[in-house]
Amino acid sequence: MSESRSDDHDDILEQAATWREGGRKVALATVVRTWGSSPRPVGSQLAVEDGGAMVGSVSGGCIEGAVIREAMEAMEDGKPRLLEFNVSNEQAWDVGLACGGIVHVFVERVE
Amino acid sequence: MKAATLKALMKARADKAATALITDLESGAQTVVVDGVASGDIAMGPALARFVEDALTADKSMTADLNGQRYFIQIFNPPRRLIIIGAVHIAQVFSAMAAMAGYEVIVVDPRGAFATEARFPKVTLSTEWPDEALEALDIDKRTAIVTLTHDPKLDDPALKVALAREPFYIGALGSRKTHASRVERLTAAGISQQAIERINAPVGMDIGAVSPAEIAVSILAQMTAALRRKPARAEP
Repeated sequence: MSESRSDDHDDILEQAATWREGGRKVALATVVRTWGSSPRPVGSQLAVEDGGAMVGSVSGGCIEGAVIREAMEAMEDGKPRLLEFNVSNEQAWDVGLACGGIVHVFVERVE
Repeated sequence: MKAATLKALMKARADKAATALITDLESGAQTVVVDGVASGDIAMGPALARFVEDALTADKSMTADLNGQRYFIQIFNPPRRLIIIGAVHIAQVFSAMAAMAGYEVIVVDPRGAFATEARFPKVTLSTEWPDEALEALDIDKRTAIVTLTHDPKLDDPALKVALAREPFYIGALGSRKTHASRVERLTAAGISQQAIERINAPVGMDIGAVSPAEIAVSILAQMTAALRRKPARAEP
């Protein structure tokens, strides 16, 4: 039996650290605020490396694509970002946040 | 996030310390608070310290607006615990599933032939008597206790300790008939009916489970309901 735990920051932070040690660029995305029915609770995290590999999640899959794009940019410019996804704006339709509600996601580079 | 911050977080998690990460959502500056000790780039004023304390107590990550600054306070509490009495077949599947759901699992069985590492890899095993093991484990609201031995000599002492504490879930395997005799014994031991009613028995959600894995699913489902289906109360 493996030690995988879905509700767990350990795996995500550990993976981020392992990627960094291996010389990858890494960004971390965290759900910091939600309104309405959002699929992942506040505190949920997603780590991404510059090769595109990822671990964890910040939604049921609907905003991950957009978050990863921003994460890639954050890896390059080092600037943290606070993203808002909202069904009522066009960006949300772009990324297909069909689940409803508003989600704020903080994206930062792991130094 | 600085490398040092990530390291501090991972160390605190490994030490199972009460930990909060504060992030300034504009600048990205961060401070880690481990067991009340803050280190990092955000100065900790009394107002921010109070927000952090509240978040830790509520076991809930949250944003805090302070003097025009917006902070995110992320709580990294140790995992919830599941204590299983009885290193039986169901416990093998159940402990693996509960670990997947994020629980730290401890299996207690004084019968050495059952509680072996070969049968329970990566699970904390105790071969103490259940009541002694539970007394030593500091049962709190983030703990669930499930008895699976079918043997009153092992199950009853565990249930007595469990009922004297406030775990968020208590379950006991056994048929309605088994449970009726259990209720009689516990009543005779002076335990109130109100306390006895906290035991989920027959254990698990009624989904017609038959195999050990199915029974494990039904217990884990019932535990999850006990944990999450409390809109009026803060999450334990």
